[in-house]
This record gives sequence, C-alpha cells and structure tokens, in this order.
Amino acid sequence: MLKKDSKKILEKSKSLGWVLEPDAKALMKLQGLDIPDFILTNSFEAADLFLKACDGPVVAKAVSKKILHKTEHNAVVTGIFSSDHLKIEMARLQKLDGCENILVEKMVKGLEIIIGAKNDFQFGPVIVFGIGGTSVEIYNDTAIRMAPIKPGDVFSMKESLKARQIITGYRGKAGVNMEILTHLMVNFSNLIMELENDIESVDLNPVICTKDRCVIADARIILNCNEGC
Amino acid sequence: MDLKYLFKPSTMAVVGVSTSQDNHPANVIYNKNHLRYSVKTFPVNPKGGILNRETLYPSVGHIQEDIDMAVIAVRAEYVPKVVEQCIKKGVKGAVIVSGGFAEAGNLKLQQRLVDMAKEASFPFVGPNCLGIYAPDHVDTFFLPGERIISPDKGNVGFVSQSGGVLVDQMVKFAGQGIGISLAVSIGNKACIKETDMLDWFDQDLETKVIAFYIEGFEKGEGRKFIERAEHCSKPVVVFKAGKSKKGIEAVSSHTASLAGDYRVFSEIMKQYCVAEADSEYELTSFCEALSCYPKGIKGNVGIISLSGGHGVIAADACELYGISIPEIEKETMNTIMDKLSPEIRNIVSLANPLDLTGSSVDSDIVTSARHLSRDTNIDCILALLIPYSPGVSADIGAKLSQVARNEGKPMIAYVPNEDKYKIIIEGFELNNIPVASSVEGAVMMAKALMRCRPC
Repeated sequence: MLKKDSKKILEKSKSLGWVLEPDAKALMKLQGLDIPDFILTNSFEAADLFLKACDGPVVAKAVSKKILHKTEHNAVVTGIFSSDHLKIEMARLQKLDGCENILVEKMVKGLEIIIGAKNDFQFGPVIVFGIGGTSVEIYNDTAIRMAPIKPGDVFSMKESLKARQIITGYRGKAGVNMEILTHLMVNFSNLIMELENDIESVDLNPVICTKDRCVIADARIILNCNEGC
Repeated sequence: MDLKYLFKPSTMAVVGVSTSQDNHPANVIYNKNHLRYSVKTFPVNPKGGILNRETLYPSVGHIQEDIDMAVIAVRAEYVPKVVEQCIKKGVKGAVIVSGGFAEAGNLKLQQRLVDMAKEASFPFVGPNCLGIYAPDHVDTFFLPGERIISPDKGNVGFVSQSGGVLVDQMVKFAGQGIGISLAVSIGNKACIKETDMLDWFDQDLETKVIAFYIEGFEKGEGRKFIERAEHCSKPVVVFKAGKSKKGIEAVSSHTASLAGDYRVFSEIMKQYCVAEADSEYELTSFCEALSCYPKGIKGNVGIISLSGGHGVIAADACELYGISIPEIEKETMNTIMDKLSPEIRNIVSLANPLDLTGSSVDSDIVTSARHLSRDTNIDCILALLIPYSPGVSADIGAKLSQVARNEGKPMIAYVPNEDKYKIIIEGFELNNIPVASSVEGAVMMAKALMRCRPC
C-alpha cells in the first residue's frame, strides 16, 4: 500500500504533470531508498551553514516548475566547496525561469548509473538499468525487465551490460555494492507496481553507487496524463 | 470458452459460397474441405441455389446436423447477422475470414461481434484472417490447394497475426520437413488472441512447441502473454516484426495494431525464456530444434566435423550467437584417440571443434560423439556431417541417433539437404534428432536451445 504522504505528493503534482525533484526524492525516501542529505531554501545563510556542516562539496539546483530538464537550463552546479562560490551560484539560479527554491545537497562521488521505469503500452511497468549520467542516450547500454523484478533479475541485468566490468570493479577499482543495489532496485520496482496507474515514466539518474552506498542524486517522475493532469 | 470444436471440428458450415464466382474465398474453402478433408462440410448462401450439383443451404439454421464450426466469408456488414444465426443454431465457434473491420477503421462493427460472442460464449478466430489449418483434418485458408505447399502433420503449433506470413512460413516448414499440429491466422484477433492460443496449445497433446509471429500486442496484452508463457509446459518461440521505424509504419497500415517498443519486447522475452527468433530462418530452425529438445541448454557445444573448415565456420557462428565451445577434458581426448581407426590417429585434431578428417569412418564419428557427450563441459553436440567421403555410410544418421538417445545430450546434425542424402537425414529425423541444411542453421538450433533454457 502506498503511504499517505506519498499519495499527497502525487496528488499535488497532478496539475503540473510531473513531480518536482525534492518531492520525487521525498517519495523515494518514503519507500526506504537512499537520498543525499539536503536543504531546501532560498536563504544563502542557511545554505552556507549546510555547506560548512557537510565537510565536503555540495551541489546546488534550481527547483522550478518550468524546468523539467535541468542540465539544458544550466540549473545544476556541482562541486561547490566555498561560501563565495555558493553565493554567486545561488544568486544566478534564483534568477532562472520560475525558480522557487534552491536544493542544496551533499555531493556524493561514485559510479553514475540510471535506474528507470516506464509504463509500457504492451507490458505495463518495466524497469530500466544501465550506465547513467547525461549521456545515457549516447551509450544506450541498458537492460530492461518487466516489473516486479526479483533479485536474480538485477544480476542478469548487470551481466547483460557491456559495461558490466565497471559495475563489478576492474583494474583495482572497487565496484558497486551489489547487495545494496539489488535492494534498491527490487524496492524501486515494488514502488513502481504501486504507482502503475499514476506514472508514465521515472528516471533516477544519476544514482551514485560506491562500495558502501547507492544514493539517488536526481529523480524525475512523469505522471500519466490520461487521467487528467 | 471451449475451443475444441473450433479447432477440431467434425462438421463445418461455409457461409458465403457463391453460385457465380468460382474463386470466391468461400468456394475455395468449401471445395477443398468437402473434397479432401475428413471434416463434413456444408455450403451456405442466403440466396440458396445450386453449386456443382449440390444444394446450398439458405442459412446454418437450415442444416439438419449439429454444426461444430462455421467459416464466415460474407461482406463485413452481413457478418453480425450470420454470427447471430450461428449462435441460435448452437454452432460452437467460427472463423471469420471477412475483412472490413478494425483494420479498415470499422471499430464499432468489430466491437459488435466481440460483444455478441462474449454474451453467448461463442469463440471466433479473426476477422480479417485465413483461419485455421490442421493437416489431414480441416483447412479454412482461401488459397487453392494446388498453390500452396503444406507441411505434414507434426508437433509445431503456429500462430500468426498475418495470414501471408503464416502461409509463407508453412512453405518453409514443409521444406525443412517440419510438421505442424495446427496453424492459426488470428488476423484482427478480436476474440481469440495469442494468450488464448498459448492456453490451447499448452494442453493440446499433439503440440510440442508453440510458435508465434507477432506484430504487436494490445494494451497490457503483452504482460498477459508473458504470464501465460511463464507457466507454459512447452517451449515458446516468437518472431517479432515491426522492429524498425519503417517496419512500424508498415504494421500500423497492415493489421490495425500498434507496434510497441521493440527493445522492451525483446528484453522481456529473454527475461522469461521465450525463445525470440531474429529472422524467419531462425524461426524455422528454432521450431525444429525445440520440437526435439524442450529442455534448453546453457550453450556449451562440442563440435564434430569431418573437415577443418566446417569446424571453423561453426565456431565463428557460435561466437556470433554467444555460444561457447569449451575445451574438453584431456581424458575425453585420450579415450577417443584410443578408439579411433589407426589410420587417422596422426591426422585428426581432437581439440574442440574436433576435426576427424575426410578419412574417418562411421565408427570414428560414433565413438567421438559418444565420449564427447560424456564430457561434463559439453551440453550439446553439433555433428557436421559431410557425406562426401567414402568412409561415411548411409547408416550414419541412425547410428548417431542411437548415441544421442543413449547419452541423453541434445545432438544437432548438419547434412546437406539433397535427395541423395535423404537416407542419412531420415536416419536422424525419424529418431527425433534435428537436422539443419547449413552449418549456420545447426548453430541456430543450438541458439534456440540456449534461448529457451529454464530461467
């Protein structure tokens, strides 16, 4: 059963047709999935306190109902270490079209993967998994399975990728923690089954994976508009 | 819905038989069944009349006997009335050959048929289809018998959205000696869909492998198909059209169907071990291989050839399809070497693929197949038999079949498809060992077994 708070998020996003990043991530967190520490604010002072507490770089993003694809609008800034840098970028982001808030998050480093879902016309919900980032369409190294998926499916999806060695680790580099990744994907697929009637597609891209964690660094949910958005 | 009477009718009415047009679909269907098949056939035309000294019945209701199935080949607008008469008469199902429904934009007319059929539990195939062909029993294809090459009775159940592809595929099956239990062209699939056919063939004792030509599923129908296929006790083969953009355009103007995203289709078939054939040739090979071996393999083949070249060609094809050719145990090699004819011991190569050379004789091939089958690294044997060398006898097919049956590992043979070598081919095929007519075809058969391995 979908949690009450999850339903509320979907309800309030309906008129927009898609779910804003902070809300989409809140939905993932309610499902028990890992998201980065964050602060949603318009105050530079609050953001600066967050940066100082982070002990490392942060990412700042504009939250706007008019910006669905943030990269194309220069609405994402990664690797912010200093207060000065944060101040300049916050001011710039706040001027972007429709910007309501700034999402400041602790930056996580690791392998970027994509975990997605699509409500397919013929087969219903399907799960997509592959190498992530902003060039996913170029590499198109992905595997697709019908949801709900089982742990064994995650293994076979990984095995079917050209880049499987990057995920398992090569040339002395640590790979992705498959146990955590499997847990994330199975859990995500269960959520998708619950959302079957509400969604058209979901991108968790990138999900940043290390040997200890798999963190959803960005999430986009496109709602099914046939039911009136 | 009970489909028994529809697919295995004892009595059949053909509605729409014309007194003036000899080539009318209904006439072709009536004539061939009436003259050549065991099903008892009755001609119907609302206007009555006489055809070839036989009286036409004005409606199915006028036929005295019980009717199991009706073939309806009248103009689209008259079809609902004929269906109504069939239901009233107690006919147990229909093949609606007529076009002019969803594929021509007449969705409402088609929906009317669906509603009538649902209410009366009256199953029908079509509309806009060729219908059914069961060798030696019934044939509703409106193609004159002398124009088509029909496969013999066998164990492949074949379902196609396209009638043209179905007939063409049947010619290919016949050419490869593959027999069918039942072929069904489902056309617009308004009532009987792929899922219904999967259920039918799953319980049909005459069918061992179920093959589909699919252009697209309706909303959610793909998931239903997969849910059935997952629990099906027999291997399922699919061949998908509408993969390319151009193909998709062709599909939407062909049968009123939406072609879906091909990658989703293909990946899900793999996920549930439905063997997807990549071409019509593969479809033929897959059906032949899986009708002999329903179990599936991991894909570690041992290759026996009588010429180095054939071994290399097979190895290349294996690599292309992701089939491995593992090294065989030292012990296996030693055992084989000890038993080979002394004359060839110095010229053979016993590393996989094995080259027994053109100087080998039957016993060398049989010994190699036997011990290769016992090697734990190997789960399938490819026997590439070029029957040109003098040491190979006409009995080699039958002899190797015995080895395969004794050892219990799938064996696939390649023998050139020529009349001269028929006795070798039959030696295999009559013993349920599949024979390909090319080296690549033999590798495709191994691919079929690999795609259908238990998940």
